[in-house]
Amino acid sequence: MIAFLKRRSSFLAPVLLLAIAFGTYVGIAIATGQTQHLTAENLIGLLGRSIALGITAVGQTFVILIASIDLSVANLISVSAVLASHLMAGDPGSIFPAVLAVLLVGVVVGAVNGLVVTRLEVNPLIATLGMALILQGILSALFTNFAGEVPKEFQSFAYGEIFGVSTSLLFLIALTIAAWGFLRFTRAGSNIYSVGGNADAAKLAGIRTTRVVIMAHVLCSVCAVVAGLYLASRLGSGAPWIGRDGVYDLESIAVVVIGGTALSGGRGGVWGTLMGVMIFSLIDSIFNLAGVDAFAKQILRGVIIIGAVALYAARSRRIEA
Amino acid sequence: MRWMGKINPVFLVLILLLLAVAFLSPYFLQPAGYMNFLKRAAPIAILAVGQLYVINSGGFDLSAGALVTLTVIGSSILLNGDPSATWWVICVMLVIGAMVGVANAFVVSYLKVPSIIATLGMMITLSGIALTWSGGAPRGYLPENFRFFGRYLIKDVPLIQLLPVAVIVMIIVCGALWWLMHRTNYGKQLVAMGDNPQSARLAGVPLVRTRTIAFVVSSLSAVIAGILLGGFAGVSTDVGVGLELQAITAAVIGGAQLLGGRGTVGAAVAGALVLQTVFTLLNIFGFPKPIRDVVQGLILISAVALASFRRRNSGG
Repeated sequence: MIAFLKRRSSFLAPVLLLAIAFGTYVGIAIATGQTQHLTAENLIGLLGRSIALGITAVGQTFVILIASIDLSVANLISVSAVLASHLMAGDPGSIFPAVLAVLLVGVVVGAVNGLVVTRLEVNPLIATLGMALILQGILSALFTNFAGEVPKEFQSFAYGEIFGVSTSLLFLIALTIAAWGFLRFTRAGSNIYSVGGNADAAKLAGIRTTRVVIMAHVLCSVCAVVAGLYLASRLGSGAPWIGRDGVYDLESIAVVVIGGTALSGGRGGVWGTLMGVMIFSLIDSIFNLAGVDAFAKQILRGVIIIGAVALYAARSRRIEA
Repeated sequence: MRWMGKINPVFLVLILLLLAVAFLSPYFLQPAGYMNFLKRAAPIAILAVGQLYVINSGGFDLSAGALVTLTVIGSSILLNGDPSATWWVICVMLVIGAMVGVANAFVVSYLKVPSIIATLGMMITLSGIALTWSGGAPRGYLPENFRFFGRYLIKDVPLIQLLPVAVIVMIIVCGALWWLMHRTNYGKQLVAMGDNPQSARLAGVPLVRTRTIAFVVSSLSAVIAGILLGGFAGVSTDVGVGLELQAITAAVIGGAQLLGGRGTVGAAVAGALVLQTVFTLLNIFGFPKPIRDVVQGLILISAVALASFRRRNSGG
């Protein structure tokens, strides 16, 4: 019962924030006379604009749950998008091998991150920052502009529809359900919570903590490359700057934290993350409706991220006290 | 042989790398060669020492690079080529820097936001401010007396022939920060706080004040680095991009323990010079510029891995 209540209370803050963001959105739409934005279709579309962030953030949730962090996701997204469109080169026949190759890159990058963090005992911030530099350096040395193109068939990942709902949105929801099921019902999933909650205790309880950490990093990197595949599919081609321009590293961390997952690990989950993504895309839409200029938007964004994390820091202190 | 373990390996690495550069490029042995090298290393060295203050306090300052950009963009807009405005613009920039440092420290101390998130948020905010202020493209230009610090070479100096003003600035700033870190009570409190904030607090270290000074030092060093870079690199919207990572890398090469530790100012400066030497070597070998990032990433990870390996072996 206590566990149930705790789970509920960790949901409360994101739900509240989501309600505030939604209320503001509706309020501004009515106040500025732009009520045409308030259709159901448009509201579903809100989440659809943040698919790449959503996929990345689900992955980031795993590493934050084990009290690690991954700052290499943005650069890995660029690598994945460029590699995919370069390998496909417009040929539908090479979709499968290209996707496979990109997923393999994700597994390798995640495994290296995990190994550096566990075996070499490098602070995860530094390990993944280093990885980010390495990935971006290699990518920029090889590609300077949009590379290759994805075939029409592959674009259906981003633009296709099933029963009138976009495939990519369904994919994000399916991914979230899968991640939730994995965390909630499998042993590996509960190991993630144990290691994040207290790594020493988990080790004494016989959990191979090293493996759990590596697994979480692999899951995170695989999600990042899938986000890269999605972006390649949407843009039709990958460029070496798309990940960095989307600030996916910081934003994915921010939505995970806003979704109620503690940076200290062991608490939270993917549904909160999905709510965090919705909050962010609502904030974006609010800026658009209110006609805030792009640069000022960036300033507000920085302030909102700090403010939201501060809100949670205050809350988690109360729980720990 | 025990004494060898006490010398920070960064100095040996630096000497080896410098010998390699001197061997590969004789130009490097002439005053113009090595002074030019020091001039280019000056902003990174200053940033690295500023970053070291925050690292020793147990945090990170990722907003330094964006503050460098803001300094360059803001100065060129405010000055717009008017030499008589240089002094008050420099003062305004230092005040802005101090405010950024205080804001970072406030968010970390009172709102309990982890420094990495707080300063990343500050980084986004500052680059947003720089873009809003300039409208996305560099405007205005920097008068000669502002660029003096980064660009001017004092000629006919005995013994070394020429001396860039940037090198003098680097020596003064790093010297002052060395004194503050290693010869004052404040420096001891800073290291104590980074080691163990609880015990430092119980021993009477004012945590908030100590951390605030560390963040202000880091921000002011970013403003000074920005003034130097504006001097010799000119005005652009991406002058500061990635500098915070170079500064962290330099401090880490110098052996700063992340999340609180005992990095020394001398070793951080040596770390910055190592980084600059490595970049010079890559240049000599003709590698494309992005390879710098790859090498920097590898150095960053291996320096931290080495530090934690040494820590485990020494049982500390």
